[in-house]
Amino acid sequence: MPDVVALGWRQYRLERRMFWRNPSAAFFNFLLPLLFLAGGGAIFAGNQSALDKLVPSIAAMSIMATTFTALAYNIVFLRERGVLKRIRGTPLPTISYFGGVAANAFTNAAMQIVLVILAGRFLFGIGWPVHWLSLVVFVLAGAVCMAALGVAFAHAIPNFESTAAYVNAVFLPVVAISFYAFDSSSAPGFLKAIADALPLKPLIEGLSGAIVHGSGLGEHLDALAVIALWGIAGIFLAVRGFSWEGSRS
Amino acid sequence: MIGAVNGSPAIEVSGLYKRYGEYEAVRGIDIAVRRGEVFGLLGPNGAGKTTTVEILEGYRARTSGEVSVLGHDPARRSIELRRQIGIVLQSGGIYSHITPREALRHWAGFYPHPRAVEEVLALAGLEDQADVRSRKLSGGQLRRLDFGLALVGDPDLIFLDEPTTGFDPEARRAAWETVRSLRDLGKTIVLTTHYLDEAQALADRVAIMKDGRILAIGAPRELGVGAAHYRVAYRTPGGELVERQTDDPTALLHEITSEALARGEHLEELFVGRPSLEDVYLELTADA
Repeated sequence: MPDVVALGWRQYRLERRMFWRNPSAAFFNFLLPLLFLAGGGAIFAGNQSALDKLVPSIAAMSIMATTFTALAYNIVFLRERGVLKRIRGTPLPTISYFGGVAANAFTNAAMQIVLVILAGRFLFGIGWPVHWLSLVVFVLAGAVCMAALGVAFAHAIPNFESTAAYVNAVFLPVVAISFYAFDSSSAPGFLKAIADALPLKPLIEGLSGAIVHGSGLGEHLDALAVIALWGIAGIFLAVRGFSWEGSRS
Repeated sequence: MIGAVNGSPAIEVSGLYKRYGEYEAVRGIDIAVRRGEVFGLLGPNGAGKTTTVEILEGYRARTSGEVSVLGHDPARRSIELRRQIGIVLQSGGIYSHITPREALRHWAGFYPHPRAVEEVLALAGLEDQADVRSRKLSGGQLRRLDFGLALVGDPDLIFLDEPTTGFDPEARRAAWETVRSLRDLGKTIVLTTHYLDEAQALADRVAIMKDGRILAIGAPRELGVGAAHYRVAYRTPGGELVERQTDDPTALLHEITSEALARGEHLEELFVGRPSLEDVYLELTADA
């Protein structure tokens, strides 16, 4: 058992090192959500209620980008390049490998959340998070859920060249629907229903409660339940459909 | 127990079948690979070589048959077995953003008794590229890193799947030297290749596969000696190529040449030889 943990830690450290060495990954992980935040902040300057909605929305999107998007990309890339198959031939335990890979994504999600909260505090007139416990629970549940869905989704992507198309075909509509349904009380009912059933809007609500409105865990149990259900389905599909090999070999 | 395991073959396969739906990739093969030998699996593309090797490596489940690799069933994918084998895949990628030294150091951590990273860098001929990010390495250098990553755990058994495909002649010679040095270290090596000269140069024994079956198995030299040991060929004055096989070339040659002399003919392209591995291979793998 200690071996499994030690090897997972080694994998995590390697993943961190590789992350910082890949400038484009670092860019998409950190700069892009901050650019969204800056852009939204410029548009809604002076409109505090809009800013109050912007910050938790960007926070939730950041979690999705650093886990769902990043893992789908990585897994497809490593699978098609034959890296996964090579790792599978070594004594590295599967759980250590994926533990290291997931922990790497969670680290990026956590750093992203810290940046968004700092930006909210110092640039957008939002105070420090009110419910820290609720914040931690939602970030963790959201990250685990989105990471599992990312790994599961990688299975549906046939080759690396089409990864961007597949990922964006999910990421952009989900973000658009969820942001819209969260922001606008006049959104059509069917759109609200779709957004409520997807994991991103419940995550925005949970984070909004924890960061902005001070509504705690107890008031967002239904949101947490939706995230948990997606997470369980994601883990099931990620494990079940996992492919260590690309299509070309 | 240890003694018994060491005395047994490194790999034992009997009655191995692998089906993909209707398609039978491997159709009942038997192989025993001795410890310390270089065993070549030779055959055209689609013969079932890679499927067979990937079953031995634990990547694929077999449909039926018995398989034992170093005393383990590879389908169980035990960590114990994976600690003792090294695999050079046909197309195994590596992380773009780390160097050979870092990759070898990371891989060494998977194994209980790894070789020193410096030693592996030297063995793989990567001393000069040790600190270059792998995305900047050439194809040949990446292939040498493949070798290094397969060797860093100091495995007893090494699988090489088409290790020199796409190499220039010089790189092939270098790879062959590496394989020979591994054999000199007492490693058991299973090599798949579709290059005859590679099998002839490296393998102690060769199995020739086609359509999921083993057509012949033995030392390359013995395989060259079939039922008919010698081949005598010549062209008649009419231009017809005649080929005859015999166990006794002296008598046959005497018969042919004395008849020709009696008729006052001259035999063009007169040839006496033993069939090469290539002849055997071409004969066995030719489509009927």
